[in-house]
Amino acid sequence: MKKVAFWPWLWVVLGGLYFLLPLYATLDFSLRAKRGVLGLTAYASVLHNPKFVQTFAFSLRMAVFTIVVSILLMVPTVYWVHLRVPRLRPMVEFVTLLPFVVPAIVHVFGLIKTYSQPPLVLVVSPALLVGAYVVLSFPYMYRAIDTGLRALDVRTLTEAAQSLGAGWGTILFRVILPNLRVALLSGAFLTFSIVMGELTLALYLAWPAFGPFMYQIGQNRAYEPAALAIISLALTWLSIGLIQLFGRGHAGQAQIAGAK
Amino acid sequence: MAFLELADVRKVFNQSVAVEHFTMGIEPGEFVSFLGPSGCGKTTTLRMVAGFERPTSGTISVGGVDITHRPANRRNIGMVFQSYALFPNMTVAENIGFGLKLKHVDSKSIAQRVSHLLEVINLPDKGGRYPAQLSGGQQQRVALARALAIEPQVLLLDEPLSALDAKIRVSLRNEIRAIQRQFGITTIYVTHDQEEALSLSDRIVVMSNGRVEQIGTPLQIYTYPQTTFVASFVGTLNVLRAKVIDPAAGRITVDDQPVMVARSLAQHRAGDMINVALRPEVIGLDGAPGTINQLQGVVEQVTFLGGTIRTQMRFASNSLFFDMFNTPNGKLPQTGQTLTVTFPEASCLLIDGPVGTSATV
Repeated sequence: MKKVAFWPWLWVVLGGLYFLLPLYATLDFSLRAKRGVLGLTAYASVLHNPKFVQTFAFSLRMAVFTIVVSILLMVPTVYWVHLRVPRLRPMVEFVTLLPFVVPAIVHVFGLIKTYSQPPLVLVVSPALLVGAYVVLSFPYMYRAIDTGLRALDVRTLTEAAQSLGAGWGTILFRVILPNLRVALLSGAFLTFSIVMGELTLALYLAWPAFGPFMYQIGQNRAYEPAALAIISLALTWLSIGLIQLFGRGHAGQAQIAGAK
Repeated sequence: MAFLELADVRKVFNQSVAVEHFTMGIEPGEFVSFLGPSGCGKTTTLRMVAGFERPTSGTISVGGVDITHRPANRRNIGMVFQSYALFPNMTVAENIGFGLKLKHVDSKSIAQRVSHLLEVINLPDKGGRYPAQLSGGQQQRVALARALAIEPQVLLLDEPLSALDAKIRVSLRNEIRAIQRQFGITTIYVTHDQEEALSLSDRIVVMSNGRVEQIGTPLQIYTYPQTTFVASFVGTLNVLRAKVIDPAAGRITVDDQPVMVARSLAQHRAGDMINVALRPEVIGLDGAPGTINQLQGVVEQVTFLGGTIRTQMRFASNSLFFDMFNTPNGKLPQTGQTLTVTFPEASCLLIDGPVGTSATV
């Protein structure tokens, strides 16, 4: 009988406890809004707060716009880099990593300074927030699309479509995009998670988003922030679950035949 | 004027010449192969015809119309790629009908055409499958059907069989040729496999270092190679160093042994050194009556190859090999034995290029 290794499993259990105990503590705390009773009072309080729906809906709209703009911007760009200028790939990769390098606070003050005076007064427009979110989503969206395109023989597929009479629009929307479905969904769900929880940009650009709402609740309530943290976490996990679900592809794309 | 004309086509990539002064005409329905090693410019030439590369100079025309600067998607030239390049998100039927859909052909006609092509490629029941559910050979047949669906003026095949195993390669190449004949479509086939080129083509263009070495029928290319490169690349050949004795009479010597060639040596003078090539299959042990050419040498090595026996012989400075059938009662040459080989004077090929040492290529 195979001997179960003790030490590796000990580290796995310790690591698991390190991550799961705080989550459990938060969940437990969120359920104790009424003294001595486990219940969903804090959740009910949060969900009945009109600002919850309002801010959630706002962030949801921002997330959808961000995803659409990101896809429209990134897919043609990354596709073109793959097809025509692959030597620029390291540079593009570096640019997409800048949101990790430039702190959000610096980013937002830069935006306010630049777009609060003529000729472009955009601080009053949600377009600026979407633009900022698009930049924030660069690392996730770029990597998802890049990975998707690497899995395709982009050049040959493009040439095959061209030889059949397809123009650039047809190639992009009927050949490349459908084959990036899984990659785009991954990028989209990651972007969705980021936007739904984002605080700094929305707070300083003064938009009623879900992130600032969570922050405000945390300032003057005890149990509701814990409930919100669990709701937010559930949303993130739901996104990851959906990535996993759609990431499997459909049965038709599995290799089932051998050489004939 | 030929149907497909390439006139003095040249392509330079970053100061490196990929194709140099490529000129040829291809007739309607002709099957032409571009044959050569990697980097010889054959694929670049094909890509220029397809419209994926623009010639640095020269013109390409189809049916008398200059298409040199026409984008690939407006050339109506079908292409089959080595990697199949089927669209993974579409079924086999959708792949085949893709080009027709772009031409706004009505869906009923598309369905009919797709169904017909599926019959042609012998995959009538695979229309609903996705490319990943097919084998390599089946995918390449679908790629061929997809290219043929748009009824292209010219069909281009870029090493379509390279990714397949040997057995499928042979059967599929015969299918490709049969379908090409059936549709009567002008075809250019790029390959580095001489057997493929020899067995499929009406004409072969042998290329090396971006230049055309020789254009001819398979028989001409194999039997009468015009350059050392063609001789070396197509088939195997013994290249012998010889001395011209009497140019008018076609008399030469190979290591001081007299040999007659049935070709003009008028451009040479007595005493010149030339290259004479012999295909291994023209060399025998028993000369036919009247065979003038005989060379005596020492057997260096005898190799058993199953159906044939390969014998390597050495003369004073030259060497050659020849193959003989492995017959049950046949007497095999022995290593170290002195042997006389014979060959007809008409089988001696004169090869251009610098006179080198004796070689088997």
